[in-house]
Amino acid sequence: MILFEWLLDPANWSGPYGAPTLIWQHVVYTLAALLLASAIAVPIGLYVGHTRRGEFVIAGAANVLRALPSLGLIVLLVILFAPVFASDLAFIVPSLVVLILLAVPPIMTGTYSGVANANRAAVDAARGMGFTPLQVLLRVEIPCALPLIFSGLRGATLQVISTATIAAYVSLGGLGRLIIDGRAQNDYSQMAAGAILVALLALVVDLLIEFVAFATVSRGLTRRGTNRFSTVRRLLKPNRS
Amino acid sequence: MFKPTVAGAFALSLLAFSSLSATADPLSGTSGNASGSATVTVGSADFPESQLLATIYAKALQAKGMDVATRLNIGSREVYIPALLDGSIDLLPEYSGALLSYLNKESTAHAPDEVLEALKEALPDGVTILEASDAQNSDMLAVTRETAEKYGLETIGDIAPVGGEIVVGAAPEWRTRHEGLVGLNEVYGIDFKSMKPLDVGGPLTLSALVNGQVQAANLFSTDPAIAANDLVVLKDDKNLFSAQNIVPLIAEAKLTDDISSTLDAVSEALTTEDLVEMNGRLAQHEGYDAVAEDWLTENGLN
Amino acid sequence: MNFDWLWRESDMIFDLFVRHLWLSAVPVAIGLALALPLGWLVHRSGVWRGPLLNLVGLLFTIPSLALFVLLPWFLGTQILDPINVVVALTIYVLALLVRTVSDGLGSVPRETLQAANAMGYRPLSRLLTVELPLAIPVIAGGLRVALVSNISIVSVAALVGTRQLGSLFTQGLQLQFLTPIIAGIVLSVALAAALDALVLFLSRKLTPWERRPA
Repeated sequence: MILFEWLLDPANWSGPYGAPTLIWQHVVYTLAALLLASAIAVPIGLYVGHTRRGEFVIAGAANVLRALPSLGLIVLLVILFAPVFASDLAFIVPSLVVLILLAVPPIMTGTYSGVANANRAAVDAARGMGFTPLQVLLRVEIPCALPLIFSGLRGATLQVISTATIAAYVSLGGLGRLIIDGRAQNDYSQMAAGAILVALLALVVDLLIEFVAFATVSRGLTRRGTNRFSTVRRLLKPNRS
Repeated sequence: MFKPTVAGAFALSLLAFSSLSATADPLSGTSGNASGSATVTVGSADFPESQLLATIYAKALQAKGMDVATRLNIGSREVYIPALLDGSIDLLPEYSGALLSYLNKESTAHAPDEVLEALKEALPDGVTILEASDAQNSDMLAVTRETAEKYGLETIGDIAPVGGEIVVGAAPEWRTRHEGLVGLNEVYGIDFKSMKPLDVGGPLTLSALVNGQVQAANLFSTDPAIAANDLVVLKDDKNLFSAQNIVPLIAEAKLTDDISSTLDAVSEALTTEDLVEMNGRLAQHEGYDAVAEDWLTENGLN
Repeated sequence: MNFDWLWRESDMIFDLFVRHLWLSAVPVAIGLALALPLGWLVHRSGVWRGPLLNLVGLLFTIPSLALFVLLPWFLGTQILDPINVVVALTIYVLALLVRTVSDGLGSVPRETLQAANAMGYRPLSRLLTVELPLAIPVIAGGLRVALVSNISIVSVAALVGTRQLGSLFTQGLQLQFLTPIIAGIVLSVALAAALDALVLFLSRKLTPWERRPA
């Protein structure tokens, strides 16, 4: 079976070009991109969701970012950055920039819509109890927004894991190496191995995020035992049928 | 490992199936369904020189009144050879040594005639090569003037003692190729510090060399950037890199006497210097059509 | 920017633009047609809903370049056949929209369903005339994401010889020429914005009840 030939060869499971090294590199790029993207996207999403200022701008910005073609962007950035750094940074910075641009829209819109759709009654009640705006944000809006923030993060993670393969296009490591090298060496089983490992990695990470979400989201908001959205809806709109 | 012959056989066996899939597709290239018509579809790889040569072939055939369609910028050899075998394209410009090592990784042929001879044997059924041109675009190992002076490099062999300090940049397939890291190690005894997989002598490789992310790089002899950036080409005194004559590769079903005489005349007239000059014009963003037409006019081929 | 070049090549650029539009819109149409029944099935699948959605979502993680190159082997198509690209993108659209359709159907308030039942709607007519229309805002949201991501993924197909705006990137990079790259980025973002606005407009037209007084 040509699809699994590369994966089943023990020689491919050690050394600097072996699967464990490539998987580790892939995880590092993904984590770095997600952390940096969250550092940008979450504050913006919280601000806009809380103040309801600039909603139109972030919706537009998210869509423009999504429409940017990753491949064109990365090599363009490599050519622009190459004279700036005489080291691997010339390849790392462009790859990270592309991945961050990819991860920002889902995290930003998830955070924004989570906060914006937080239970009105709960927010009003918190204000009535004398919470400061910051307390409202931290104690009511963010906890209510967590499910949507996590769903944005999951979307971003899937996209970043899948697109981190382009780092290999500009000479870096990660599972993309198998796809780019397999194509260049006319080795279909190596390419298939890359595609399979990327999908498996995404599956594992996705399950991890789901677990974290399960553990951190308030019980009052989860669908446990009942239809997920009807519960939220009832909470959100208690006076509507 | 998938042998090219197996790949070819597989691609051919797919022909039977492909007739089942819909062909009435508004996007299937400029040629539409080529089989059964007299139209010759000229394809090219995804780098400028290949597109230019394909344009020259197409215009020379058109000048003789033939029906020609073009399908340029297809991709790497791994994409366009199967495309030639499955009938998506009929003709394209190739490089003798590179095509040979794609078809037969074990080949050790080196001189132009040896390479062409071995190539004829290695070609899959249904395709053939025409007369090869004297013009060549060979693999070479280049370093910056600064690096050459620092280590006193003139030949490729001079790298051997200092290989541990040098990162080499080349296309990904170099790691496993004889005309790449494998041969550099076996023939010249070089162990590089590491290899950076970049593109096939393209802008990534060039900028990595010029900006210092790599200290040596695989570039190609007709690249005007070598002179423009004052790069030093290391002498291949042990003949590791084989001849790379430009040769038309064509589907036998489409080959006529008119086509072979027209393309033979093109190969006859083309020189390596012409290629360097024309690549220079392309680098100044002149169009493929204009550069190709000027060359054909100069050589009385249109 | 080299405007002479843009002017000289305007026919080619327009041709690439039309191909790009076709290659990104057709998979969304096919994907939506398939995602509606599949999303409904997943929505009704009870405890299997989560695992099924994860499985479908996994399709999105197959790197596009790998999919473009491997698909002809599975489909028996010609290597350069744009069908490969259409199928690959349809797979991505499905990966996004099955979840969206299922979420959209799930977002219909239980009270509404009970009211519809009480009014004597049969299951099929309830689905078509009550649940689907109410799910339109959520589905349209997913559709916009699918459309816009498609427009960006299509450009990778330039590496396997399918011509569209992505060809401007490879061309520009080969010649270290920024004009085609910038033109390609601007046109693909403009195309995304236009199609996005179209879906938004249609979704608003189809759901007049969503416009409540401020």
